[in-house]
Amino acid sequence: MEIVLVGLNFRTAPVEVREKVSFSTEQAQRAAEELRALGILEEALVLSTCNRSEVYGVHPAAKRASAAALSSFLCNFHSIQPDLLNPSLYHHYDHDAVRHLFRVSAGLESMLLGEAEILGQVREAYLRAHATHVTGPVLNRLFQAALEIGKRVRAETELGTRPMGVASAGMRLAERIFGKLNDRTALVLGAGTISEQVVSQLHDRNIGRLYLSNRSREKAEEFARQYKGEVLDWGNWDSTLKLPDVIVSAVGVQEVLLTKPLIERSMAARGNRALFLMDLGMPRNIEPAVSELYNCYLYSMEDLSEIVQQNRSARENEVPKAEALVEEHVAKFISWQASVELIGVLDTLRGSLKERRAAFLHEKLAGMNHFSNEDREHISALMDELVEKLLIAPAERLRAEKELRKKIQNVEAIRALYLSDREKP
Amino acid sequence: MNHTFVILTILAYLLSWGLYIQFLYTGREFTGRLATLLLFLGLGTHYLALLLSARASHTVPYHDLQGAMSLFGWLLAVTYLCLEIYHRQRTVGAFVMPIILIFFVTSYLLPARPHTPSPIHGVVFALHVTLSILAYAAFALSCVLSLIYLGEERLLRIRRLGDVVWRLPPLELLERMSHTSVIVGLVTILVGTALGYIAVDRNVAEHYSYLDPKYIFTLFVLLLYIVYIRLARTAAWRGARASKLCVFNFVLVVVNFWVVNLFFSQHHRYF
Repeated sequence: MEIVLVGLNFRTAPVEVREKVSFSTEQAQRAAEELRALGILEEALVLSTCNRSEVYGVHPAAKRASAAALSSFLCNFHSIQPDLLNPSLYHHYDHDAVRHLFRVSAGLESMLLGEAEILGQVREAYLRAHATHVTGPVLNRLFQAALEIGKRVRAETELGTRPMGVASAGMRLAERIFGKLNDRTALVLGAGTISEQVVSQLHDRNIGRLYLSNRSREKAEEFARQYKGEVLDWGNWDSTLKLPDVIVSAVGVQEVLLTKPLIERSMAARGNRALFLMDLGMPRNIEPAVSELYNCYLYSMEDLSEIVQQNRSARENEVPKAEALVEEHVAKFISWQASVELIGVLDTLRGSLKERRAAFLHEKLAGMNHFSNEDREHISALMDELVEKLLIAPAERLRAEKELRKKIQNVEAIRALYLSDREKP
Repeated sequence: MNHTFVILTILAYLLSWGLYIQFLYTGREFTGRLATLLLFLGLGTHYLALLLSARASHTVPYHDLQGAMSLFGWLLAVTYLCLEIYHRQRTVGAFVMPIILIFFVTSYLLPARPHTPSPIHGVVFALHVTLSILAYAAFALSCVLSLIYLGEERLLRIRRLGDVVWRLPPLELLERMSHTSVIVGLVTILVGTALGYIAVDRNVAEHYSYLDPKYIFTLFVLLLYIVYIRLARTAAWRGARASKLCVFNFVLVVVNFWVVNLFFSQHHRYF
């Protein structure tokens, strides 16, 4: 019952290699099924995101052999040369594999420390694998524990609470003013990469109404179709600026787009309701003096970058807490794994002792003809009872053993003492 | 026995405050729930302490300053708890609990004064006093919420965002919570004052004057809060200005609660 992990991530492989080893949902499912069909793994699960591709599995054979077979399988599956792939691959076994998955789930192995998306990706990968029956008791337990640790780290540490991107930091700030954005109106000026990030964040937050405006209307319409927004004419500011509670500007213009008098007029028109403005343009699109207006909250790219930097430091400070939680769950999982293993060893031991008892009785009672059949059955039952008694007491003690390493050593000792290689589970 | 409930109440409130602070910094749901549970327990023991104190003095506990302060603390805790449940917002607890604690602890630390029985009794009178104190508690809560609003607004403006700002209620929710609290205060003070007139009329009208400075000042405070409710919805005042007005109004309530009662009112002593 060895857990094996073979994979690569953004730290070990450049994007060109990661692209080649990436699994689509269907490919992940097919790969797991093939791994089982080929006998490489008993249980299999493929976790593939933009930053990592990992295969988790369980196999009773020697772990190094499983890992080698897995590496070779990956090369064949993606038709990639071993020389290109192997240097990027990492192999983890048992405790290390468990620890690695828990760290992934907690966001400690993410490019963006503590990001929340990875937990959803782990959950999806597990649910798909579970639905197609490629996982078994070990991987089920492992991934359920991984989801639990992911949730705990996010609930009990600050690792995932603070936004790490400029767009998400801006949205979180807007939520500090309005609360949920689902009954609010937003206007995004520009249709570049940054605007798209903001629009995506607004969409994720179920913004009540989304307006888009861009000098090139086609691009704005493309965004509008994708994110269910409405396009407003560029430049008709007095009527446009009355509508939104949130204004995000990310336009490449040399002159200031939204001046203080313009915002002042729009504030008067909208009854001075709070207005949140994000200026993500370079050079700035919104006159800085707008922040002096009553109920106007203006944040520039510089302000937001500073907040993100503060958040990054705060998240890094949370790493030791998250790691302690990970270690706690690793210990719990290993304890469970050891107890399952122990039950297996004891069952095998019981079977072995019964066989030996039968052979022993058969040999010894052969020359004792004065025993009736009833006596023989009675002796046999008594010896069975003795075997059970001899086994139960140490088994109970072993189960109660809390020191993990000792428990495993005990299991190993029982194996070594009582079972031949043939009989080991 | 009374002493036991006082100690239990202080312990429950202190623990609850500690947990509310922890919740503010960590955001752990379990910690928040525990804080609320301890506040519930504190309310229970506080109530029993009030009850025993009333039985010991054979009168309601608001006939002296100690009793009035303790009742104020209890009603503030009740009002806060209702607001917490209604708006599902626990982070304010860290700011309200110290006020509840101060009122409760001070009420038991003050030296006991000789009891002078009030000439007015009865259910209507009891309701008048209780509702008036409840109104003061609701106004105190709206003041705390407005102060949080002003603090958070300032931090957002100067871009100083520590751990706490990310957990505080959004500004607009704070405004709504403050409004709810003021409306509760307005309704209860209106009913309470009306009941006060009835109690006076029914009992000893000949000894009381409807022109007691307390009545006039209360009507003035009432008017100011109505102005606040009205202004807080206008373009010029919504936001920080309305919050400042709410804080100013509460300063007047404090003046009313102590200064007018102690030095000007003939018939109102501690409420």
